[in-house]
This record gives sequence, structure tokens and C-alpha cells, in this order.
Amino acid sequence: MAKNSTPFEYAPAPESRSVVDIKASYGLFIDGDFVDGRGSSFKTVNPATEETLAEIAEASEADIDLAVRAARKAFRGWSRMPGKERAKYLFRIARIIQERGRELAVLESIDNGKPIKESRDVDVPIVAAHFFYYAGWADKLEYAGLGPNPQPLGVAGQIIPWNFPLLMLAWKIAPALACGNTVVLKPAETTPLTALLFAEICQQADLPPGVVNIVTGAGSTGQALVAHPDVDKVAFTGSTDVGKAIARAIAGTGKLATLELGGKAANIVFDDAALDQAVEGIVGGIFFNQGHVCCAGSRLLVQESVAEEVLHRLKRRMATLRVGDPLDKNTDIGAINSAEQLAKIRELSAIGEAEGAERWAPACDLPSSGFWFPPTVFTGVTQAHRIAREEVFGPVLSVLTFRTPSEAIEKANNTPYGLSAGVWTEKGSRILHMANELRAGVVWANTFNKFDPTSPFGGYKESGYGREGGRQGLAAYLKSTGLKGGDL
Amino acid sequence: MARVDVRKTYKLYIGGAFPRSESGHSYEVTDSKGKFVANASLASRKDVRDAVVAARKAFGGWSARTAYNRSQILYRIAEVMEDRRPQFEEAVRQSEGASAAAARGQVDEAIDRLVWYSGWADKLGQVIGNANPVAGPFFNHTAPEPSGVIGVLAPQTSSLLGLVSTVAPVIVTGNVAVVVSSYARPLPAVTFSEVLATSDVPGGVVNILTGDAATLGPWLASHMDVNGIDLGGVAGLPRAGELAAELEIGAADNLKRVRRAPDAEPDWSTDPGLSPMTAFVEHKTVWHPIGV
Amino acid sequence: MPTTAPTGLAAYSEVTASEASLKRFLHGLPGVDQVGAEARAAGLGTRSIKTSAKAWALDLAIRMVDLTTLEGQDTPGKVRALAGKALHPDPSDPTCPSVAAVCVYGDLVGEVKEIVGSQVNVAAVATAFPSGRASMDIKLADTRDAVANGADEIDMVIDRGAFLAGRYLQVFEEIVATREACVRPDGSHAHLKVIFETGELQTYDNVRRASWLAMLAGTDFIKTSTGKVQPAATLPVTLVMLEAVRDFREATGVQIGVKPAGGIRTAKDAIKYLVMVNEIAGDDWLDPDWFRFGASTLLNDLLMQRTKMTTGRYSGPDYFTLD
Repeated sequence: MAKNSTPFEYAPAPESRSVVDIKASYGLFIDGDFVDGRGSSFKTVNPATEETLAEIAEASEADIDLAVRAARKAFRGWSRMPGKERAKYLFRIARIIQERGRELAVLESIDNGKPIKESRDVDVPIVAAHFFYYAGWADKLEYAGLGPNPQPLGVAGQIIPWNFPLLMLAWKIAPALACGNTVVLKPAETTPLTALLFAEICQQADLPPGVVNIVTGAGSTGQALVAHPDVDKVAFTGSTDVGKAIARAIAGTGKLATLELGGKAANIVFDDAALDQAVEGIVGGIFFNQGHVCCAGSRLLVQESVAEEVLHRLKRRMATLRVGDPLDKNTDIGAINSAEQLAKIRELSAIGEAEGAERWAPACDLPSSGFWFPPTVFTGVTQAHRIAREEVFGPVLSVLTFRTPSEAIEKANNTPYGLSAGVWTEKGSRILHMANELRAGVVWANTFNKFDPTSPFGGYKESGYGREGGRQGLAAYLKSTGLKGGDL
Repeated sequence: MARVDVRKTYKLYIGGAFPRSESGHSYEVTDSKGKFVANASLASRKDVRDAVVAARKAFGGWSARTAYNRSQILYRIAEVMEDRRPQFEEAVRQSEGASAAAARGQVDEAIDRLVWYSGWADKLGQVIGNANPVAGPFFNHTAPEPSGVIGVLAPQTSSLLGLVSTVAPVIVTGNVAVVVSSYARPLPAVTFSEVLATSDVPGGVVNILTGDAATLGPWLASHMDVNGIDLGGVAGLPRAGELAAELEIGAADNLKRVRRAPDAEPDWSTDPGLSPMTAFVEHKTVWHPIGV
Repeated sequence: MPTTAPTGLAAYSEVTASEASLKRFLHGLPGVDQVGAEARAAGLGTRSIKTSAKAWALDLAIRMVDLTTLEGQDTPGKVRALAGKALHPDPSDPTCPSVAAVCVYGDLVGEVKEIVGSQVNVAAVATAFPSGRASMDIKLADTRDAVANGADEIDMVIDRGAFLAGRYLQVFEEIVATREACVRPDGSHAHLKVIFETGELQTYDNVRRASWLAMLAGTDFIKTSTGKVQPAATLPVTLVMLEAVRDFREATGVQIGVKPAGGIRTAKDAIKYLVMVNEIAGDDWLDPDWFRFGASTLLNDLLMQRTKMTTGRYSGPDYFTLD
């Protein structure tokens, strides 16, 4: 038998970094140009190596004011530009994103830590698709069913998280621009690089100055943006706590908000599920993007009659997951985005153990530098455990069991969140029943973590309000009648 | 000697029953000229609490009714109102100081509005939901669902048409409501609750509290088991701007859907559009693979 | 390969005791979601393997090839040439391994055997290949004839009509009978591969059911296709079959081989299959005893890639034999 004479090994197949050119330092993108910030600066690091990638300007209140003024100035022309012309700018941007896709994917993986196969095959293609989709809406807004003569809101202040830096940018900027708004966008402090590259793409597309402004910084920069009196609309994706703070900050101001916040999704597996695909869905549901996903299927609810078998299959599958260099095309799970996030995941996992849940992770060698956490599953978890209630935002799965469909529904809905849910069963009527009963904005049945520009996304309850994507996503950027979350 | 009136103390409407306020308080309701008309219960924060419990209990059943059935029930409310026109006309005339003809007109419009909303029950989903042509082998569709328990601060001025125009859009989509009526003009709301009690509307679907929006509003706004709030009744109150901001801040505690207070009470006779309904619906998107 | 059924398999004797129980069992297997299975297969296709592993994988793939000709126009001359190639796929390179087997119609087994002796196996298709439409006696006679002619392996087809009509017990019994017909006078038996013709079964649910049916009936290998129906072997169909043999071994302790056949033409494809074998069934199956490629043109591409790896330059078809 020759099979053991040569091990069947996957190669380190690193994507070349040569396609990206990271500058030593970056300023702010305001009114069509990169300018020096007036505040201090901070560093962005590669979470897989802890190497400093660049020095980033931290936008001050004065910088925010400049950016909002630039956006206001640009609004006049942009909002009055015929939709078909606005559309062509968005189409241009979409095409450039496709052309520079490799560069964007590599840069995203370097700055964020996500595996190249995800940035290359998921993030960047959906980013381009999002711009293509909303480009097509720009000259068809009166057909969107949102009332006659739809009008843009004005200047949108947009704050995005670090888990899908470029994708969240696309979700925010594409519909805003299509509807005739101008934007000031703040990327997350740990992942500013692709947003800054997007600024270059705006220049390359000859987008009129001021239509898109990118201001980098941390929480205080975001607060200044939300508080700026000339911002008409706030769009935020991030934690529920910050979302609530934003809702309070804009109370009584007339500013509109779209909030896409946390989640603690139940992924429900019935005993008649297509088990191999369900296991893939569980794995994709929680380990995709290192579990840094607001809609991650972080609570596995598995029917007791099949729990043992599902867990056996799940663990076997987890043992084949490859953790490591995000730029390696064979990597399934990349680096945790920051030391801070890693500490949070470790803390909640320790609490899970302390509370009596059983922790398991496959043996895997983690690199010595950088931020890493192995794919982990907790069994023996109950609704009372903190790991079953709080968003871990990491590759940590809590497994709970149920006996009947009604118990599954009760447990799934027993959370202040309501972003997403998964259902696995081969019985059609049960799928539709579960989809009706689950209080969540997105229900994935016999699939999980699927995204598409045509498909509205957003939460119930404390997972936020407003929808991004699809026709509904337009409503967040068009005038409505006094409703915080948009008209539709 | 003239007959002495039997003076009535109107009660609250909670969970399909007519309790007095838990606080035992009531207040005098006068007509537009200041003449005593009746006593109304003065709802307290604990009445708000009880009403929210009743509403939550009713939500599952009401939201699970077929749209056709909800439509029928809203139409039934209109029928019963039609039956009790004189009482509504009198209540509106007394409350708003309107002429008999104007009161009659408002009752007409209120009934017509209910009929209009009853027809939306099985159409809104078709108008604002859609199939999404995703780039893959998946069935994908988006449909509205009710947000849940909705607090409604009813308009202070338009005691019947305004009330109906804010309550009907909330319940027609499957939500349940805890309503704080106009403080000064509660009688049409009280009569409306009597209509609801006899119109096949399940108990708890609409709960009507007579009382002060400025006092009760903050309890509703910050209640963690309330999913949305209509601040319409803030318009025209003292410190309306500040109050609205406070209520919005309270509502942020659990990220309620907020229908903001307008600067002034709107003209209720105009076409409401969809926003009174869409304010309190959630869009749910369902994916499923397409395969053999 | 185990010659006696272990207790694990014996536990399933009730399953095959009646048409009703067999149907209940097969219909009780977990379903397969088409989209999910295809997405998983596509995902595995993006793995890339080390250069050293690739050289090994190419040689392994060559050793796994069932070099096949199943044409009406086959002649002794044609199959002898093919047999020669099976022994020495790359005559210019003595380090190049032989293939696993030569696969021909039963009447040509002797011709091949004369060339390859015992160095390469001879596989014969049987049971009224490719349609499987003949009476049982004929199918068994077909099998016995091939075995008598010296076939080391028998590739039988199932009666898809019976399977699709839900007559599972009939299919089961045909496999059992064919397996018995594989037994030689000395008590040894020609290895049996059961061809499902997955392109006709159409759904992955059917492929999973057919896999369990054949495994319970005592086959040594399960095989996707005859090569006469499109689609033949695909990555997702093979994925479902690999899951079946993995689950079957867990349940019974019995290991069964898998053979995708038809439509695999490039070394790149072959390596995708090997990656899938490795990740789904495990490296126990990375062996010609447990995994085969039914192919004709694949071999030359494997040889070209092999030459590229040893010489560092790209080769061309003129440097490899046509047979």
C-alpha cells in the first residue's frame, strides 16, 4: 500500500500579496481628495501576523464637519442628476470592483483576517453585484412602489463594522447613491483599508467630489458623525448597544436610521433533515468568517432523537476544517480580527465552561503570532447559559436540544434578538410553519448564510430596524412620512 | 321637577374587559364648552402594564388569523359603528364642539376608513412583499409580518377619525395595540371600545386607556415587551418636542419601531397612504434551495 | 476484503427480509439536498494540494484507472493494444505504474488476460450491460461466462426500471444472485462492482438509496455509470456515494469501494475527486482497492501531467499512445 508512503497534503497556496500596494499612511477621503486629518492617527494591523499595515488618520469633529459639508455641497448636483446618469456612475464603480477584485480580496483578507476563499468568492463578488443591482434602480425609483416622485433624504452618515468591511460598505453606499443621497462613511477602526481603496475607485470612476466621503476613526468619530446636525440619515451596522446609543442620540432630531445589529440565531435541525447538508449548514452557519457574522447560526437546536448522530457528524466535519493563513486558498477559518475580539471570545468561552457546558475543539495547530481561535463547540448548553444568550461573535457554537417543533420555536424565539434563523427538515409544510413562527428577519431553510443584493436583510426586535438589499433597501434612503426606520 | 341624570363613569378597556383603573382614579370629562359630561377612568402605569400583558397574550392568536378573517373583523367593526352612529355623533359633537353635520361627517369618514383598512388586510403583503430573483438556485421571498405589541398615543384633537386612523392600520396587519386615548376628548374612544367588545375582535387585540399621554407615554415607550410606538398623540401637548424626544429615548431601550410625532396633528381626512401600516411591520425574507 | 459478514452487517438482515422492510429502510435514509450537496462538492474542488502530494496523487490516479473500452466495434486487436497500454502506460518511463484494471465486454476478457496476466486486473461488464434489460437467467449466464473467461472483476448494472418502480427487493436479489455467480470453483470470487447509472436515477436521494441497497446486497464496489448515459460521473454524485460508504462502514464495519465512471477526462478533475475521497470518506479510501476511475481518455492526461512534473515542461498528445 503506497498510500502512507506519501501523505496527501494540501499545499500552502498563498494568494500573492503583490497585487496590493499598501501605503505607509492614509488620510481622509473628503470632497474627492485624500486630505490629512486634523486629529491624531492610529494603526491598522494584520490580525494574522500582528504586523502593522498602515497609519490611519483619526477624523476629528472638525474633519467630520468638513466631510458633511462636502457631502451637502455635492447633494445638490447629485440628487438632481438624472437617475440614468447616476446609474452609470454606479455601473462604472461595479465594473471597476470586478476588475480590481483580486486586489480588493487580498487587501480585505490582509486587513480583516478572513480566508481568501471567502473574500474572493463571497465578499467581493457580492460587493460588485450590490453596486450592479442598485445601479439599475437609480433611474427606476418611481417604479419601486414607494410612492410617486420619490426623493432622496440628503446626507447619509454611515458607520460599518469590521466583519465584512467592503461588503457592508456596498450595502450602505450603493442604495444611498442610487436614490440620490450623498454619504459620509466611517469604516471600522481595525479594517479601514478596503474602504480607502474604494475611495480610489470613486476617483477612478470620476464620481463627482463629495458624493462619497470616507472618514476613518473609532467610536468618537462615529459619534461625531451621528451627532452632526446636517446629517439626515444614519445607517449603522454593528452592536446592539451602539445601535441603541444611536437611536437615543437621534431622538427628537428628525434624523432617520437604519440599524442592523446583533443576533443569536437558532439553527434548528429536525430528525428528518438531510443530515450531511445540515452539518454543512451548521459548519457554514457558525464558522463562516470566523463566526464574525451578526446572523451566525450560533445556537444549534437539534432534535433530541438525532442529536447524538448530528454531533458525531459535526465533530468529524470540524476536524477537517483548516485554520490558518488567511491568504492560503485552502484555509477555511482565518484569524480573529483583533486582540480585543479574541479576548472577548476567550472570556465568553471560559464562562461557558465555568457554567458547566462541555467544550470541544478539534486538534489544530494555531500559528504562533496573530489572533486565533479554533472552531469550538459547546454541548450540554441550556437557554440559561450566557453562551446561549450573548453574541460571542466568534467560531463558537452552542448546542441545545429540543423534542418538539413547538419547543424549538419557543427556544429559538426566546431572545431579545431576531435577525436570522435556520431550519433543516425535509418536510415542506414544517418548513413553512417554522418560517412563519420564527421571529427573525431572515429565515434560511435547508441552507444558511446566503446573501444576495436582491434579498432584503435585517432584523426583528433588538436586531435593529430597516432593511438592506432588495426593493425594501431603497426605502431606507427615500423620503417617507416621519417613520424612523423608513417607509417600507 | 326635571329628571336627575344618571351620571356614568366610563371604564378602561383591557383584555376584552372593562375594568376601572387599578389606581381607582378618575377624571371629569367636559364638553367643548367646559360643561361636565361624564367621569372617565384615569389610567395609571399599572394599567399600562396590565394592558401590555393582555395585548401580548392576544398577539399570537390575532397575528395567526388569516388575513381574510382580520379583514372580516375590521369590516364588522365598521358595521357595528354604523349601528351606533347617533352615539358616536353625539360623542364627537360634545368632545370637539362640532356641529351636528360636522360630527356626522367625521363619523362617516371614520367608518369609511375602517372599511378601507379592512380591505388592506389581504392586500398589503401583495403590495409590499415580493419574490427576489437571487443569483442562485434558491426560492427567496419577502413578506411583511406584524411587529407585535404596539403602543398608540392617539391624537389629542381628532377624537374619533384620528383614533380610528391610528388604531386600524396597527391591527389590520396583525399587531395588537395598547392605546392611550385623547385626554380631553376620551368619549368617542370609550364608545369605540364598546363597539370593539361587540365586533368579534378578540379580547386584548385593542386595549384602550383613557388618561394622560404625557404620563403614560414614558411607561409605554420604555416597556421592554412593547415592540413599537406611535407618538402621534404627542402633537399639540405642552412641551411636545421635548416629550417626543424623551419618548424616543425610552423607545431605544429595546429598539422599538417608532412612528414619530408630527409637528402638528395632520388632516385626517386625506388619503393615509401605506405608512401607517408599514410603520409596524417587519419584512421577513425566507430562503430555500431549489432542487430535486 | 472481508469474506464473512461481520456482526455489524448481520444486524441489517431484517432490513432485507421483505420488500416492505427494505423500502421502509431505504426511504428512511436521510435525504440529500441537491443544492447543498453540489455546493459542498464545488467547495472541495477549490482545494489545492502540495507539489509533492500532486506527484503522488497523479501516480495514485493512474493506479486507480480502470482503462475502459466498451464499444460495439471492439476487436481483439483493439483490446490487446489497450491491455498493453494498461501494463505500461508510459513506455518511455519505467517508473510509471500500471493501471488498476482493463475493463471490457465479457467475450474479450481472454484476449486481455493473455497480455496482462496477473499484473493488471481484468474487469468485465455483465448483466446485459448497459441497459440491464434481459431476463435474470441471461444476466447470470453473462456473469458466469465472464468469470469463467478469467475476469477478476465484474461490473454489473442494476435494473433501473425495477429500482425506479420501487421493486427494491428485486434489485437486491439480482445483486445477491450476481454476487453468487461471481464465485469461482475454488471458492474465491470475482470482485463485484454495481453500476447504478446515476444519470437515470436522477436524484441524489435515489443514489443514496441505491448505494445502501447494493452495499447490503454484498457488493464490493459501487459505481456511478456505464458511460453510455449523460450525465455520467459527477463530483456531487460521487460525494453522495462516498458519504454512503463512509456511513456504511461506520454502521457495519464493512468497507466498500467507489468507482466514478464516465466523463472524468483531466488530471485536474481526477485530483478533485481524490481531494473529495480524502475529505469525505477518509484516506483509507485513497487506494486502488477502494477507489477507481472508470475512464478511457483520462489516462493520457494523467500521463501528460506526470511528464510535466518530471520534466518541467508541458507535453503534447503525440508523445502518448492513442490506445
